[in-house]
Amino acid sequence: MSEILNLSRRGFMKNVFSAGAFVLGARLFPRALWAAAIEAEDPLSGAAFHPGVFVGLEPDGTVTIVAARSEMGTGSRTGLPRIVADEMEADWSRVKIVQALGDPKYGNQDTDGSHSVRSFFDVMRQAGATARTMLVEAAAQQWKAPTAECEARLHTVVHRPSGRTASYGSLAAAAAALPVPAPGTLKFKPRSQWRYIGKDASVFDLEGLCTGQPLFGMDARADGMLYASVEHPPVLGGKVTSVDDSEALKVAGVKQTVAIDPFKPPHGFQPLGGIAVIAENTWAAFQGRQKLKIAWDNGPHASYDSDAYRKDLEQTARQPGKVAWNVGDVDAEFAKGGKTLEAGYYVPLLAHASMEPPVALADYRDGKVEVWAPTQDPQAAQETVGQVLGIPKENVICHVTLLGGAFGRKSMPDYVAEAAILSKKAGRPVKVVWTREDDIKFDYYHAVAAMYMKAALGANGMPSAWLQRSVFPPIGSTFAPNSTYGGGGELGMGFTDTPFAVPNLRAENGPATAHVRIGWLRSVANIYHAFAVQSFAAELAHAAGRDPLDYLLALIGPDRVIPKTALGTDYDNMGGDYKDYPIDTARLRRVTQMAAEQAGWGKRKPGSGQGIGIAVHRSFLTYVATAIQVEMDDKGKVRIGRVDTAVDAGTIVNPESVRNQFEGAAVFSTSLAKYGEITATHGVINQGNFQDYPMCRINEAPREIHVHLVESEAPPAGVGEPGVPPFAPALCNAIFAATGKRIRELPLSRSNLA
Amino acid sequence: MQLKVNGVGRSFDGDPEMPLLWYLRDVLGLAGAKFGCGIGLCGACTVHQNGEAVRSCLTPMKSLAGVEITTIEGLGAGGLHPVQKAWMAGDVPQCGYCQPGQIMQAVALLKSKPHPTDQDIDEMMQGNICRCGTYQRIRAAIKAAAGEGA
Repeated sequence: MSEILNLSRRGFMKNVFSAGAFVLGARLFPRALWAAAIEAEDPLSGAAFHPGVFVGLEPDGTVTIVAARSEMGTGSRTGLPRIVADEMEADWSRVKIVQALGDPKYGNQDTDGSHSVRSFFDVMRQAGATARTMLVEAAAQQWKAPTAECEARLHTVVHRPSGRTASYGSLAAAAAALPVPAPGTLKFKPRSQWRYIGKDASVFDLEGLCTGQPLFGMDARADGMLYASVEHPPVLGGKVTSVDDSEALKVAGVKQTVAIDPFKPPHGFQPLGGIAVIAENTWAAFQGRQKLKIAWDNGPHASYDSDAYRKDLEQTARQPGKVAWNVGDVDAEFAKGGKTLEAGYYVPLLAHASMEPPVALADYRDGKVEVWAPTQDPQAAQETVGQVLGIPKENVICHVTLLGGAFGRKSMPDYVAEAAILSKKAGRPVKVVWTREDDIKFDYYHAVAAMYMKAALGANGMPSAWLQRSVFPPIGSTFAPNSTYGGGGELGMGFTDTPFAVPNLRAENGPATAHVRIGWLRSVANIYHAFAVQSFAAELAHAAGRDPLDYLLALIGPDRVIPKTALGTDYDNMGGDYKDYPIDTARLRRVTQMAAEQAGWGKRKPGSGQGIGIAVHRSFLTYVATAIQVEMDDKGKVRIGRVDTAVDAGTIVNPESVRNQFEGAAVFSTSLAKYGEITATHGVINQGNFQDYPMCRINEAPREIHVHLVESEAPPAGVGEPGVPPFAPALCNAIFAATGKRIRELPLSRSNLA
Repeated sequence: MQLKVNGVGRSFDGDPEMPLLWYLRDVLGLAGAKFGCGIGLCGACTVHQNGEAVRSCLTPMKSLAGVEITTIEGLGAGGLHPVQKAWMAGDVPQCGYCQPGQIMQAVALLKSKPHPTDQDIDEMMQGNICRCGTYQRIRAAIKAAAGEGA
């Protein structure tokens, strides 16, 4: 339980709540820090607050809920407030949502890892229940009636015996004067009385999004603002050796050029450096930039070449690596000399390519800077901006706009720091706009990975030993340049938790050096791990002469909760308490069967250019199985017909948003599987825009995507990312069923399927 | 030179090569048309030029003398356009960034094909990328709007 505080009449967040509002906050701080903060700020009244959830009730009945996490299209800005409103018995039509600034008082604001609902579900309910309890108490006191005779019903408190009612707004002042009830005394609504949790809702910003309102970072404006575009070093770590900006400065509207210093390793979230052109409008900045003449020192990463790098990765994957997880004795089983199968898989670098490229507006004045940015992590933005300007992070005010897509890219605030540097230099507000080419050539890429799989086939063709190796440049390289092995976070994503009933199993990780910035992309390491594991499972089924679905279910084995002790010691379960979120193979089996049944598995005979494939994967504590039906045309082009995705994400807050996420994941994954590939030559990224880094379009999207949600009372789990991992292996398994051709490298555009 | 944007007369004397997109966004402060690729490959910047869908990122100002431009801000002058209503009823947007372009393209599609087939939708909408992957809902919303006689 968190601590709930009555913040009414304390002038807290004056720009959000009126003086007469009834305001509650929830403390998300560890108690020790909390006590220290109170003492430091206001030892007498204890009125210093570090609450993480704010809800306020105005005398006119408006309920204001502060959204502290970033909205990039997953719907959490709507979902989290609906949890508060439900417990509060608030009328959703009277709820207003206000976006929080970056501030540690909100706890972790980094909107990543598909955990907004999971991490904040309980505290949101607690805040709502506290507000409701205090409103009921206020009414009971006014009526001099026993509290037990009063109850909250949709923005009103009712006195049951007399039928008397009082509106929430009329009770705000009285509730504001009450003490907060002890957490242990709170009564939560039973599930059967939930009004909003589990019910479909449109997102809060729906009308604004459909009418072109200026909600995004790209749309931010400030009086007197200028626009900037930055020519970055073409190779990571490159430096400017000379620059001639005379032609650039002649372009109408161009004001000045500014050199941005190269980063000091490790690059982290620092800007890449380069030369910025600042102008009166974006177009002039783009034009001026094209006229820059820059000579670069490309540095050591100029040796990076994707083809050679791939060979190295694949070779490393054929060698023993660092053991990340071991069960039984794989070597002894292989030494018996029975039938074995081995295969290598490859997934290239991927770029995020959110529709809104990186963009930020900054206004620097007198040692302080205000920024407006589509950022997943406003506190990291404050920290990075503070660092590059040499000012305390508290002097960085970060407004979070809506994000025009993010997929992990906007957790890295390098572009926000660029805007701040340029505003300081120009003495005016500056908006830095990345072009699509900047976005694709200077991303924090999803890691390229080589996987190696080997199994010994025992009775019924089931594996008696299973060896898997994963080699990829780790995200850790962004923070420590010499980091070459995967971190526990990456290895815990579908690699040290393969939930198969195999007596001997070993997972090894080999080293890889990064030559580009590596970052998080929607579902992260699950992408390559699920691709290899779920493709290999189907390969084994084929070798055993068995139906892939039956074989997959046999691999999952009997229904059981896998004990934590049976997993690798570093397994962190995405930060989820293993007691609440154990690996439960019954849930894995259920979604697998559900997807297969809904897809009509076994009803159609594969072959003659048609096929069905299936894959299942647990990620972000959610169980997802996807069955895909494909048809091949005579030119070897794959047409994705129907997709059935079964999802067990525990308790679901907004099913409409969840369906949207899994429909979207199917399309995102279609892009990834068919086209997703970033390559480098001499350290320079070869792709730049949608002609060479293509996206799935409406005509090639799956024709029907059916999302089947398992009804569950389990604690809520992630929904933004887990739709991605099973898609590519299910697709390749379907293509195998249709053509007999096994695809072991992505994207499909590399394979001739004719 | 003179043009009309959402029914309002405007005069422009800046760089004749400047694409309409940046005139709308930076000069007029109309942010509905979005920057997505700058080379006409994603459709996020779609607006109407004399009623036809065009990519404003590729449309230089010098080509617009006497032309009537409609952006999403000017689409539903008398309230929401039926296509916007269909988009809302179908909960189409996720991040929403591409949706003004999708909506402007869909309005143009329905003008030329009031009852589009799936193939018509494929042909007319494939220039508009949605990275969140809302295509299934876009298709359904277009059909719903067609039923309403958009």
